[in-house]
Amino acid sequence: MAEIVLDKVTKRYPDGALAVSEMEIEIADGEFVILVGPSGCGKSTALNMIAGLEDISSGELRIDGSRANEKAPKDRDIAMVFQSYALYPHMSVRENMAFPLRLAKVADATVRSKVEEAAEILDLTQHLDRKPSNLSGGQRQRVAMGRAIVRSPKAFLMDEPLSNLDAKLRGQMRTSVSKLQRQLGTTTVYVTHDQTEAMTLGDRVVVLRGGIVQQIGSPQFLYDHPANLFVAGFIGSPSMNFVPATLEDGTLKSPLGTIPLTDRVRRLAEAADAPREVVAGIRPEHFEDAALLDDAHRHGGVSFSATVDVLESMGAEKYAYFSLEEDLATTAELEELAADAGAGDVPGGGSAVVARLAASSEAREGSPLDVWFDPDRIQLFDPAKGTNLTYSA
Amino acid sequence: MSHAVTEAPGQPARPQGKPALSEGKKAERKLGLLLCAPAALVMLAVTGYPIIYSIWLSLQRYDLRFPDERQFVGLDNYVAVLSNSYWWTAFGTTMFITVVSVAIELVLGMALALIMHRTLVGRGLVRTVTLIPYGIVTVVAAFSWFYAWTPETGYLANALAGDGAPLTEQWPSLWIIILAEVWKTTPFMALLLMAGLALVPDDLLKAASVDGANAWQRFSKVMVPVMKPAILVALLFRTLDAFRVFDNIFVLTNGANDTGSVSMQTYNNLIKGLNLGIGSAMAVLIFVTVALIAFIFIKVFGTAAPGSDQGSKR
Ligand SMILES: Nc1ncnc2c1ncn2[C@@H]1O[C@H](COP(=O)(O)OP(=O)(O)O)[C@@H](O)[C@H]1O
Ligand SMILES: [Mg+2]
Repeated sequence: MAEIVLDKVTKRYPDGALAVSEMEIEIADGEFVILVGPSGCGKSTALNMIAGLEDISSGELRIDGSRANEKAPKDRDIAMVFQSYALYPHMSVRENMAFPLRLAKVADATVRSKVEEAAEILDLTQHLDRKPSNLSGGQRQRVAMGRAIVRSPKAFLMDEPLSNLDAKLRGQMRTSVSKLQRQLGTTTVYVTHDQTEAMTLGDRVVVLRGGIVQQIGSPQFLYDHPANLFVAGFIGSPSMNFVPATLEDGTLKSPLGTIPLTDRVRRLAEAADAPREVVAGIRPEHFEDAALLDDAHRHGGVSFSATVDVLESMGAEKYAYFSLEEDLATTAELEELAADAGAGDVPGGGSAVVARLAASSEAREGSPLDVWFDPDRIQLFDPAKGTNLTYSA
Repeated sequence: MSHAVTEAPGQPARPQGKPALSEGKKAERKLGLLLCAPAALVMLAVTGYPIIYSIWLSLQRYDLRFPDERQFVGLDNYVAVLSNSYWWTAFGTTMFITVVSVAIELVLGMALALIMHRTLVGRGLVRTVTLIPYGIVTVVAAFSWFYAWTPETGYLANALAGDGAPLTEQWPSLWIIILAEVWKTTPFMALLLMAGLALVPDDLLKAASVDGANAWQRFSKVMVPVMKPAILVALLFRTLDAFRVFDNIFVLTNGANDTGSVSMQTYNNLIKGLNLGIGSAMAVLIFVTVALIAFIFIKVFGTAAPGSDQGSKR
């Protein structure tokens, strides 16, 4: 088990592409850290540098306090799980899992017992003598995990290990990966583009974009206190709604109506020296159908009325999509964000406001609906720089 | 019915892994056969006919110098060839050249393939340069080797052979023939192996690296086993080709000092000696040997016959 430190680690590929820029992370012994970000943001590159599969252009990588930049992968005692699983097709499951031990010249009896122990944990015992090509996706994934755990390495590196599984299996495997990591207590760096995996798995999440670390923190902290527009939009599903707004006499004029600023928001915005034009962000789950609330509760917040374009009922909850009269906030920052997040697979594209309503809501498509929200939940962002003006640690 | 499980007589047990074809598959297979038919007919005409004809000739006493003595003799020609020491000497020589040159080509070809696969700069140039020997007509190349090894005038003879004339002695001649073969066909081997290298996923080699394998272990324990099918196909192609070695020997030694191959023997009997019966018997024997080599490769080593359908096995 080990502590891994990335000290201003930078990767520039020979063709000039800057994949990772001055990455600064300290991963404690036994910690489960997630690197998350859209495709192409440098997650795999970062992981490959930790594994030694890519050279580090500048900066220092320290494993257990000693510089590891120049160490060969085989001397780092780190195991890796790939998205493609990278199982050796000519070897049986048993031989695949035993491969790292055999290379380390471990005695036969020990190899057998370790492989069988790992197979037991991963429920692979009855598949030990089969070839990878005859296994299902989930089984292959478990073999890949098995090959990593038999060695009891200093750390696990996982590069989108669940991305090739179907949604249901992915959910199950997510739980078992989490359990396994807790059980073994091995330092783990896990790469994913899926914010749900990031939120559910890690002790800490590192949000990456374009090779630059945006924010590091616990999943809940990133959700509550995103440092900028990108993190705010990336973490949470469905994403946070963004609307353009103007700060005027202690109120916020926006397509959602004139919203009074709460003391907390006003203080933070003043401290951050907020410009007049801002982007207001509010999460879908912070909206509610006004009809469902009692009067006292209602008066504590703000309501606006809008026509429901699309209503999705998920059983336990409903998602209502509105389009507002005025255009939604578009800044260069937001457009890039939408492109990164792959907007367009959401009904109404990136231009609708989404509200999560209780299942008992009687909202109907095409009918107007009174929507309520708590103005204290609003976050304000600088439209030019993207920074969170209401950020408080 | 106590014997309900035994097969009905005359009906062989279905081999395992070949379940009955579905209707759709049957129709597809039929269409496939129909589409292949024209090509198959042409093949029959241009290869089937000559093979049958030479088998027919090989069963006759038929010497163009004495055409009147033409007569059906059954297997007499085969007996004559197989009980002749010249034939067996040529056979041994051919086998030696085949095995040694293919082995050397495999090693060099693999090295070249790795270089071509890994080169990042000037890839096109490296490949072109590598392929030059393969692009030169064998006879032309053979003549340049011949002159190079000719005493007094040849640069290789002057540099390496001293006073001797290597092409007039058996062993030096054989090695020179092998050298010429290897020089000429290694690029082909490299090309086939490079196609195999492209089939080894990068992730597999990365996984082996983190699993603790050094460069040699990655090559021998991951790369070679994964590309084994490509290696076997390359070996099969080259072995079949090498067994029919002719042009290099014809130019370099003309078969002198027991350096002739079976193809040389056949040529000498058939074209020079005008003995159609004996010559055809030799040609048929070469054909049988080549078929046997292919059979061994496919059945024993499990080489995927080029063009065989692997997809439907999954
Ligand atoms: N071998 C390479 N040569 C040049 N550029 C590369 C190479 N590998 C990745 N890149 C670039 O580096 C960036 C980060 O890639 P990667 O780390 O694979 O992203 P991710 O895993 O987050 O999807 C991308 O813009 C990609 O185009
Ligand atoms: Mg990646």
